[in-house]
Amino acid sequence: MNTPKGLKYAKTDEWIKVEGDQAVIGITDYAQDQLSDVVFIEFLIDEDDQVSKGDALATVESVKAASDVNFPASGTVTAINEALIDEPEVINNDPYEDGWMVKIKLDDPSELENLMDAGDYESYNEEREG
Amino acid sequence: MFTPHTKNEIKEMLKVIGVDTIEDLFEKVPEKHRFPELDLPEPLTEMELAVELNEISSANAPADDFISFLGAGAYNHYIPAAVDMLLRRGEFYTAYTPYQPEISQGTLQSIFEFQSLMTELTGMDVSNASHYDGATAAAEAANLAYHFFRGKRNKILVTRAVHPQYRETIRTYMYGLEDVVVFGDEEQAGFSPDLQNTLDQIDNNTALVVVQYPDFFGRILDYTKLIEIAHARGALVCMVFNPTALGLLKPPGEFDVDIAVGDGQPLGIPLSFGGPYLGIFTIKEKYVRKLAGRLVGETVDEEGQRAYVLTLTAREQHIRREKSTSNICTNQGLMALAATVYLSLLGKKGFKQVANLCYQKAHYAAQKISKLEGFELAFPDTPFFHEFVIKTPKPVFEMNFHLQNHWVLGGYDLNQAYPELEHHMLVAVTEKISKQDIDDFVLALQEVTND
Repeated sequence: MNTPKGLKYAKTDEWIKVEGDQAVIGITDYAQDQLSDVVFIEFLIDEDDQVSKGDALATVESVKAASDVNFPASGTVTAINEALIDEPEVINNDPYEDGWMVKIKLDDPSELENLMDAGDYESYNEEREG
Repeated sequence: MFTPHTKNEIKEMLKVIGVDTIEDLFEKVPEKHRFPELDLPEPLTEMELAVELNEISSANAPADDFISFLGAGAYNHYIPAAVDMLLRRGEFYTAYTPYQPEISQGTLQSIFEFQSLMTELTGMDVSNASHYDGATAAAEAANLAYHFFRGKRNKILVTRAVHPQYRETIRTYMYGLEDVVVFGDEEQAGFSPDLQNTLDQIDNNTALVVVQYPDFFGRILDYTKLIEIAHARGALVCMVFNPTALGLLKPPGEFDVDIAVGDGQPLGIPLSFGGPYLGIFTIKEKYVRKLAGRLVGETVDEEGQRAYVLTLTAREQHIRREKSTSNICTNQGLMALAATVYLSLLGKKGFKQVANLCYQKAHYAAQKISKLEGFELAFPDTPFFHEFVIKTPKPVFEMNFHLQNHWVLGGYDLNQAYPELEHHMLVAVTEKISKQDIDDFVLALQEVTND
């Protein structure tokens, strides 16, 4: 399972990467693997929406389940990756680059300190796998 | 077969939850309410019970004992005997999609055929496997629109000429959803055929506009402009249709509506005192992820043979939980089969013929009645299908009461649902009514007026 360094990870399997005053959000390689083939994504927010940590940002539907993707931090939505609506399989193929979902302007960058780093997330996954 | 739990199993389960007896589970209910004394009559034997039930049921009279001009949403059409015969086959005789659906390929295929027939009938892209009835299908349309806009548009606009019970059901389904208002059908809104009142109220908070075609009064209105305006303001449009009328009229799909729903009862389902009926629910493909209910798709199995599956199930409540559009995960399987058999038996030509007969006979009746002294058509300048409104010289309930002595069921008393429509009778005419029946009805109307 691919878990790039330099990203922060939430227990609900989202990653967040800080780029200047913005942060990019997507789901992890582990999450896409668990979901299996993603066939549909529905964004539940619009640009300029004020969002809080834990709010749902999208519903991702695979051949076997539909799951919510949540904001790992609070902020204002600045971009939505609408290309995924036509090509949801990108979420499986490239979860950390082309498979990004939204960008937000963070309310409080220190909020990310409560999230896991790559090493913690890997051990968290190992624990879950038993 | 029903297999009850054994004493040991019950003991085991109680142990897991951590209580000693089943009674302990009800401790929170105040003691005096726990085992209330019920004031019930003494038990009866099976034979005594049969006598009593027969007495009760003999108070009902089947529509076929009368010449019936009663419609208002449920219509007395002829049902070929083969419909019932096929329906009662053991292989089909269940009300629902099975819980292990793919093992019942025949059931799924029949639902797939139903869906195909409904899309052909309506000109829409997708049909689900059905709902309970037309009213709940209309309410699901409101649900769909609400979820499509993720709650950001909160107005459901309905015209006063939509079936009163459908409007009531939409309100029931919307009850409790934050901020949602169902409006536009107040008495002062009226039901002018130019629809101006409705047009004026469509704004960028309108999620859905609901219109009926033909409307509750049987009128055929042109909704082209309304649909254009609704779409220009970003709202969705739901058309409630009568399936028989689509044998003659331009289908909802050609009006570019987003959702088209209707009651499938006229398609081979008996009146049976009000149910079970059949909700038809069709949409443009764009809304398929928000579609409520079951959906059957055609595919191939691993040997390349045609096979049917439940598809897009991730929309449904058992997977999406509280995020799903609807809590409906079932369909009206047996009634959908009835409609499928009915349409297959009639074929395109027969179905059009039924629609045409309804139309012609209704127009003959309207013409005859409007010539009676004291009677006139309420909407003489608006085209209608097989139902029309006449103004009567006496209260409708009074006339209907006397008409029963002539073995005639008069039309629906519009005053029941419309306080402003005193002395207005909604008359329905189907292909089952003969010219003689109409002439007898006209005579009877004259007689009860002079009584």
